[in-house]
Amino acid sequence: MMLYANISWRFLRVWWRNVVVYRRVWKVNFLIPLFEPAFYLLAFGIGFRNLVGNVGYAGLTLSYTEFIAPALIATAVMWNSFFETTYSSFVRAFYQKTFDAMIATPLSLEEIILAEVIWGATKSAAAAAIMLVVLCPLGYVALPSGLLIIPLAFLGGIAFGAIGMWFTGIVPSIDMFNLPIFLFLTPLFLFSGTFFPVGALPAWAQKTSLAFPLYHVVELCRLFSLGRMEAMPLLSIGYLLIFAVVFLAVAIRAMRRRLIV
Amino acid sequence: MTAVVEATHLKKRYGRFTAVAGVSFNVMAGECYGLLGPNGAGKTSIIRMMYGFSPVSAGRMRIFGLDIERDWRQIRARIGVCQQDNTLDPDLSVADNLAVFAGYFSLPAARARARAEELLRLFALEKKRTAKVMQLSGGLAKRLMVARSLINEPELLILDEPTTGLDPQSRHLLWEKLRALRKQGVTLVLTTHYMEEAAYLCDRLMILDYGKVLVEGTPQSLIKQYAGESAIEIEGVDEALRKYLIENRIEHDVLDQRIIVYAEDSVAEDLRRNFCMERCTFRTPTLEDVFLHLTGRELRE
Repeated sequence: MMLYANISWRFLRVWWRNVVVYRRVWKVNFLIPLFEPAFYLLAFGIGFRNLVGNVGYAGLTLSYTEFIAPALIATAVMWNSFFETTYSSFVRAFYQKTFDAMIATPLSLEEIILAEVIWGATKSAAAAAIMLVVLCPLGYVALPSGLLIIPLAFLGGIAFGAIGMWFTGIVPSIDMFNLPIFLFLTPLFLFSGTFFPVGALPAWAQKTSLAFPLYHVVELCRLFSLGRMEAMPLLSIGYLLIFAVVFLAVAIRAMRRRLIV
Repeated sequence: MTAVVEATHLKKRYGRFTAVAGVSFNVMAGECYGLLGPNGAGKTSIIRMMYGFSPVSAGRMRIFGLDIERDWRQIRARIGVCQQDNTLDPDLSVADNLAVFAGYFSLPAARARARAEELLRLFALEKKRTAKVMQLSGGLAKRLMVARSLINEPELLILDEPTTGLDPQSRHLLWEKLRALRKQGVTLVLTTHYMEEAAYLCDRLMILDYGKVLVEGTPQSLIKQYAGESAIEIEGVDEALRKYLIENRIEHDVLDQRIIVYAEDSVAEDLRRNFCMERCTFRTPTLEDVFLHLTGRELRE
């Protein structure tokens, strides 16, 4: 692929820039992934459990909180990288002109965009790791297989970060991110087997879910947490890999078209 | 003398609009070269092609004998760019702006810190080391921009309107720094709207308009050639004077309330005797006279 020709390890310098910035605010920010799962588990565990009862999933009988706990990590993976490469990258690219300054150095635009996506994925992986600190001791995620969720979060982070970056390359203004969030992310959030098992749905709905990237992240999170999943593990990993590579290329193209005149 | 920048028949088109319509020029090692022109003349487009931000539409841009389209990474490692807009990183402190930027050039961390300190000292920014970029005044921000563009010890420094909006103190400080750099052998290319600055800093310059080169030369030779020995400003637009000027083919500009004549000293004497009814000002012509004479006086934007 021609687009990847301009990429060298130098992209890590841009990634490092984001780390330097984040080091100043991490103390506040890392609380979010720490408390978010706690709130959800509390709400669903106490409030919802009596209404729902047990959930049958891939041959297992699970309490509702056991069922959704792994999915919470998956949704955090999605939100973290997507928000990073949409709102945050948009501000850096077009308001702060940070990319303009970088392009006057030996960095290529491709490296800058890749670094932004990888940074988004880093935040996803970090969020997943912090959530594991809450979920593992409570027994919702089995160890050591649960540790595989961290590299999975990184891969999922690249996939969602890349698609976020693509939107950044095409939205006319920063307010327009509402559109992909409501039309793309919210449906994914609700219909990817996060809150109810896809296996219980009609066949057409099951097939549709297979096309959703979040579905595969959710499924793999369950596999690593519970030891079982509905879909095929290799299919899900393959899907995410291909999705990440393709949308990374699409994102870089869109950003190149927008930034280079 | 070797040419550091070689632009040949350079063109830049944005859709149907042609911003640069075939420009050729060379910048020699160690000289300070100015790009002058009204807004929209194509200065920034040329600058952006110089550091490989904008693709060249036609023609060729070679820096250090390398082609910018192919060897951009090698070239950018050896040049410094101070862009027109403030592109400082607002998420980083003043010192981190320099240190992180050094990383983009792959300077090792220790070297980056040392170089950052050196530049903070050189540009009198030490007290602002931990300040946020947002808190800097316009003058300080521009100084930091220039400091940052020197992080990799460039052989060629490109500055797009480095002193626009600065107070006289900041401007003079920058001028001194730029002259010192030139003395060290750094090649400079700059754009400016201040003719005084161009005359003071540039060894050679070009005046551009509508994407084309109007003239090129040393400031002195351009003044001599296009504005003569004297500039005489005569109040009131007198018909007899106009007739005299046209008949004798004397260079002049007619404004609303006055006529500016560019002439040799002998003609100036003639004018003083015959046409100075109300008020006449005799002065040395400047680069500004050349600029306005060549590019006209109507507003561009």
